[in-house]
Amino acid sequence: MLRYIAKRLLDLLPVLLGITLLVFLFLQLIPGDPAVVLLGQRATPDQVEALRERLGLNQPLPVQYLAWLGRLIQFDLGRSIISGIPITREIATRFPATFELSLAAMMVAVVLGVPAGIIAAVRKNGWIDNIAMSTSLLGVSMPVYWLGLLLVYLFAVNLQLLPPSGRLGVATNLQPITGFYLLDSLLRLDFRAFGDVVAHLILPALTLGTIPLAIIARITRSAMLEVLSQDYIRTARAKGLMERWVINKHALKNALLPVVTIVGLQFGTLLSGAILTETIFSWPGLGSWIYNGILTRDYPVVQGGVVFVAIVFVLINLLVDISYAFLDPRIQYK
Amino acid sequence: METLPARPVVRQSSFQKARKRFLRSISARIGLFLTVAIVLLAILAPVLRPFDPATARDFAARLSPPSVTYPFGTDGLGRDMLSLVWYGIRISLLVSLVSVGLGLIIGTFLGLIAGYFRGWSERMISWLTDILLSFPSILLAIAVATVIGPSLQSVMIAVAVVQIPIFIRLTRSMVLSLREQGFVQTARAFGAKPERIIFNHILPASLAPLVVQATLAIGTATLEAAGLGFLGLGAKPPTPELGTLLSDSFTNGYALSAPWTIILPGLMITLIVLAFNLLGDGLRDSIDPRANR
Repeated sequence: MLRYIAKRLLDLLPVLLGITLLVFLFLQLIPGDPAVVLLGQRATPDQVEALRERLGLNQPLPVQYLAWLGRLIQFDLGRSIISGIPITREIATRFPATFELSLAAMMVAVVLGVPAGIIAAVRKNGWIDNIAMSTSLLGVSMPVYWLGLLLVYLFAVNLQLLPPSGRLGVATNLQPITGFYLLDSLLRLDFRAFGDVVAHLILPALTLGTIPLAIIARITRSAMLEVLSQDYIRTARAKGLMERWVINKHALKNALLPVVTIVGLQFGTLLSGAILTETIFSWPGLGSWIYNGILTRDYPVVQGGVVFVAIVFVLINLLVDISYAFLDPRIQYK
Repeated sequence: METLPARPVVRQSSFQKARKRFLRSISARIGLFLTVAIVLLAILAPVLRPFDPATARDFAARLSPPSVTYPFGTDGLGRDMLSLVWYGIRISLLVSLVSVGLGLIIGTFLGLIAGYFRGWSERMISWLTDILLSFPSILLAIAVATVIGPSLQSVMIAVAVVQIPIFIRLTRSMVLSLREQGFVQTARAFGAKPERIIFNHILPASLAPLVVQATLAIGTATLEAAGLGFLGLGAKPPTPELGTLLSDSFTNGYALSAPWTIILPGLMITLIVLAFNLLGDGLRDSIDPRANR
């Protein structure tokens, strides 16, 4: 098992190297001199030359890449052109917001998607199945940010049930400890703040959770159908077990394996889907930060954000693969 | 002695069988109908247009709600929403078709090379594929579009880059299994040149799954292109690309006070994606009935 994990980590190296190389090259392709961008158009040629020298921009590309890689390994991604704040610090404060939102979205997706998929499979071609599958098809066909805007219009503007944006109301004063506000409010035993955090989470989590919800419902349904057609299920039924028992004890366990994979894979996708969702809800996470970086042409921010999210994405996929080995003893890893 | 009348032998080609299976599925028929309708709308936009979105601006009627003159209201520049979205279908469809076309051609070509020649070219191409697939798709598209700068062309390229690794994977895996099959081995034994084997034998045999994948890809490409437009990386206003229309309304702050400026564009994106998803699913099921999940 340990050898398998070590091997997978080694396999990852060329991919991680490729990601950094690609992002580095992307930045080289952007027209314009970074030194001029940093100093502004009114800088004198001497100033520009001095900064080029200081930033190492006069060195050959491979040297620049290695230097950048060296800084990346030490968690130094440079500073934002606009705010001057180090990229790594910004990521550290914003990542909990994105992670909390992604977790909430995934909870929505699993809590609604798995039962929907099971019921759809058990009542195959019934009206519940048809409604669940049509809705899930609609869910993957919709632009999530559009759905988010509609939800805000309905629940925040018209019905005034939920807040339209942000993580906390103005009236709530919560001193962060971990950056995960749900956890922080509980740690401080501030239940009013907890309620406020939950209220702010509902709409963005529903929005971000739509696509994984639709996909999880479909995968659960197909996995369940596959299992239900197998011999041991027929045996279980033949020996007169109650249908509920057959479904819950015999079928579900085996059907959930592919679901776990999809949950893991979708989690990585959530982190990037957050870019659009966070923009709609002014959620102070990585996504809205990258969006602002795009708007203001703050390239270090876009570069740092893209590298970070891509690496996290790769690592999550690795975790999913490894968890497979624990969950399914039939799989042998050499 | 009486002979029994011979039962007529109905031979059906695999194409006929697939067509029969396709037409039996309700969702596939809905998908086909929607796709044809959308393509017709896109083609007919300049003929049937109620207003010209580029020039017809009624500043006095800015952000006016749906009325008889403007059945779907007007946007912040006083342009008719219906005409904007109608033209938007045209632009979004064009962007998706071009980017999927690019992705299909480049991806298939690289996949054929990797699968047929193996060796270092396969290793290089697989490495590239792994890297591209390790980016979440919208993130990759954002990176590419940021580098090229916001424009419709850059959206096409960005979305194509996202599609390329998917087509490489698909083609390569098909070539790997096809190259060991009898008809390819025979061709090789007769001394056919690699390019002849690839283009005359392997490519035609892998066409059906590629068409299915391309159809489904048009759906995701439409979503990705609209997403880039929404992030401000696509066409600049006043070009009525559907994602740009949503972005326009959102960034200028009238999405919630004038909801008619977002409802129709978003609905149209959903319909386009839905149409191609249904069509693609239907095509896949009709070609390979066992793939029905």
